[in-house]
Amino acid sequence: MQLDFTPAEIAFRDEVRSFLRDALPDDLRQKMVDRAHLGKDDIVRWQRILNARGWAVTHWPAEYGGQQWTPTERYIFQEEMALAHAPEGSPFNVNMIGPVLCRFGTPAQKERFLAATANIDIWWCQGFSEPGAGSDLASLKTSAVRDGDHYVLNGQKIWTTQAQHADWMFGLFRTDNSGKQQQGISFLLLDMRTPGITVRPIETIDGEHDANEVFFDDVRVPVENLVGEEGRGWDVAKNLLGNERSGIARIGLSKERLSQLRALEAQLTASGELAEEERHVLARKLAEVEVDLRALELTQLRVVAADAHGGGANAAASILKVKGTEMQQRMTELVTELAGPAGLAMPQAGGRTNDPDEGWVGAAAPFYFTMRKVSIFGGSNEIQKNIIAKTLLGL
Amino acid sequence: MDFELTDEQTMLSETVTRLVAESYDFQQREHALRSDTGWSREAYASFAEMGLLGLPFAEEDGGIGGGGVEMMLVMEAVGRGLMVEPFFATVVLAGGVLRRAASAAQRAAILPGVIAGDTILALAHSEPGLPRHSLDARVVARHTGDGWTLDGHKIAVIHGQSADHLVVSALSDAGVSLFLVERDAPGVTISAARGYDGIPIASLALADVGLPASALIGSDGEGAAILERVFEEANAALVAEAVGAMAETFDVTLDYLKTRQQFGTAIGSFQALQHRAVEMLMQLELSRSMAILAAVSLDIDPGQRARNVSAAKALIGKSGRIIGQEAVQMHGAIGITSEYKVGHAFKRLTAIDALLGDRDFHISRLVALRGVYPAAA
Repeated sequence: MQLDFTPAEIAFRDEVRSFLRDALPDDLRQKMVDRAHLGKDDIVRWQRILNARGWAVTHWPAEYGGQQWTPTERYIFQEEMALAHAPEGSPFNVNMIGPVLCRFGTPAQKERFLAATANIDIWWCQGFSEPGAGSDLASLKTSAVRDGDHYVLNGQKIWTTQAQHADWMFGLFRTDNSGKQQQGISFLLLDMRTPGITVRPIETIDGEHDANEVFFDDVRVPVENLVGEEGRGWDVAKNLLGNERSGIARIGLSKERLSQLRALEAQLTASGELAEEERHVLARKLAEVEVDLRALELTQLRVVAADAHGGGANAAASILKVKGTEMQQRMTELVTELAGPAGLAMPQAGGRTNDPDEGWVGAAAPFYFTMRKVSIFGGSNEIQKNIIAKTLLGL
Repeated sequence: MDFELTDEQTMLSETVTRLVAESYDFQQREHALRSDTGWSREAYASFAEMGLLGLPFAEEDGGIGGGGVEMMLVMEAVGRGLMVEPFFATVVLAGGVLRRAASAAQRAAILPGVIAGDTILALAHSEPGLPRHSLDARVVARHTGDGWTLDGHKIAVIHGQSADHLVVSALSDAGVSLFLVERDAPGVTISAARGYDGIPIASLALADVGLPASALIGSDGEGAAILERVFEEANAALVAEAVGAMAETFDVTLDYLKTRQQFGTAIGSFQALQHRAVEMLMQLELSRSMAILAAVSLDIDPGQRARNVSAAKALIGKSGRIIGQEAVQMHGAIGITSEYKVGHAFKRLTAIDALLGDRDFHISRLVALRGVYPAAA
């Protein structure tokens, strides 16, 4: 056993590190440090910088711009991105629709969308959840009825993140009601400017507007925008949700937050804002959370190493998702505790913190509130536990 | 980065796991516990026959020079079988002191018997009235003529009753020092007891015990440093044992969830229990990761070694409790009977937390070391 990275991996890490040091704009970095809300422009700008370097869509197949990195290199890249306070690209473009089109898209769809998706010339949103279909996604009802060379869509999607910015949506729609629930669902791409689409904002508990409801009223989508076979969209969606394991626990993000917590501890100690007893309690809490993070990190690395050796049980991804999101949430909880009453003031609309010099204080609570979502989306942690119980434990 | 075992390590793991599974089932363990000494000479002899008792010792001492990973594999099997034999006391604890600090003459006199399984050792360090996991000692060691005289009390000496030689920590003018004491030396009184985990323990009274100069292990005053190093290796071993006990507990519980019927169905079909079983599995995997970290950290620089070992011990303190408590709860009333395995595993996991610094102790140590992660470069 050898837990250190190889010299080649360390050289790769240094290359990533030095690129990030030079290429990440200072204002973007500062926003990330302050937990300020990132706008569409911020994310597009950064993804284009990455894309120019060839690093925006590294896990796509090489012919579509991927990098053929080893699982370990991917892990290192994700960790370095987080430690450098670099934003992630659009997950909908990079992790979801891109890989799906690489695998299931027609030649015409690949030609039309892939390069534009990598460069965020097209901003995608995901139309999966509906008011009656969250974790039980297969019960979705929004209909797509074939009419000549079009589908006609009627119904409603909800929790559609960033739909207000989106140029296109990929989504699941019901093309057939007759068979089993999972059958009769089709995976469609649609231009958000198509007549009949209404986007209505949902304000979330962090005071931000990321989520939306999207209504479809006789929306006509060309049949050429079907991905995969009609009625087999469930298989496409399952593929989309189940293929990322090297960074799923998001150790880099939690490490970055830990270093922020350590910096805050030092800052509050120096300024005298922490009483002796509070310092003592905080030091123990930080040590405890570090123990858990170290264990999670090693577990993530075991999965990465197993993948490099040809892969292991897929339910490992579910373990990492549950424990990784619990860890991220614990970090935001600690920052909020540290902010105390000074963190009560809500940031101004648009994500500007009230006091630019105290970015973390203003952002602490909203960030804590919004991070509650990570154990809900992408298959809630309860759903992940169901998966583990079934596939790993045979219960 | 590589978590794979070598072929030799895989073979070691398979062999010792099979040995424990085939020769040490729960009834045999119960039988061993009921004997006078509280453990099985026969089971211990089978460890000796396989060469396991020489595992960490150098080849020139007759051992096989195994490292942290090899010890992890053996201790995991020991944990799986809830073995009560004196492997940890003899080979890891007292043997660790001899391996690290004893003179060539001391090693030559004692280690062959240890490796053959004929000689049992125990470490007598804990004392009443001292902080629970201190490197200090209050047993007094006085220089008398060419030799030494020891006076004082020790508690919680694991396998002290069976030990042929005791390694005793005592305070001399130079500081904490370690001495070899024969169990039948005049002035030594051993009072045997049983731990709640079934493992024999003893308390030790030392009244004017005279020792030759050759009884000193290492140099005078070096004892705390030796113990600190040995305790790190011993803690890594305990973490691995805990992983074995947790894995066994988890497997037994999972099997029970699949077979026990209530309300006309297997109780494992209930989501409330499924999710708790999943939490147990996750804690087990996190613990396994930390056992690996501790095992591969034993020869790295002292600061990071201390961090990694303490982090591992702190983590299994928590996971051992979660897995033990959940296993008992999910078994219902049968889980609290002494004729059922999970209760014993729960007790052993509880004892492992208490030994060589519990979770709270290691969290405090990590605070003093300024955290788990190395200081940012």
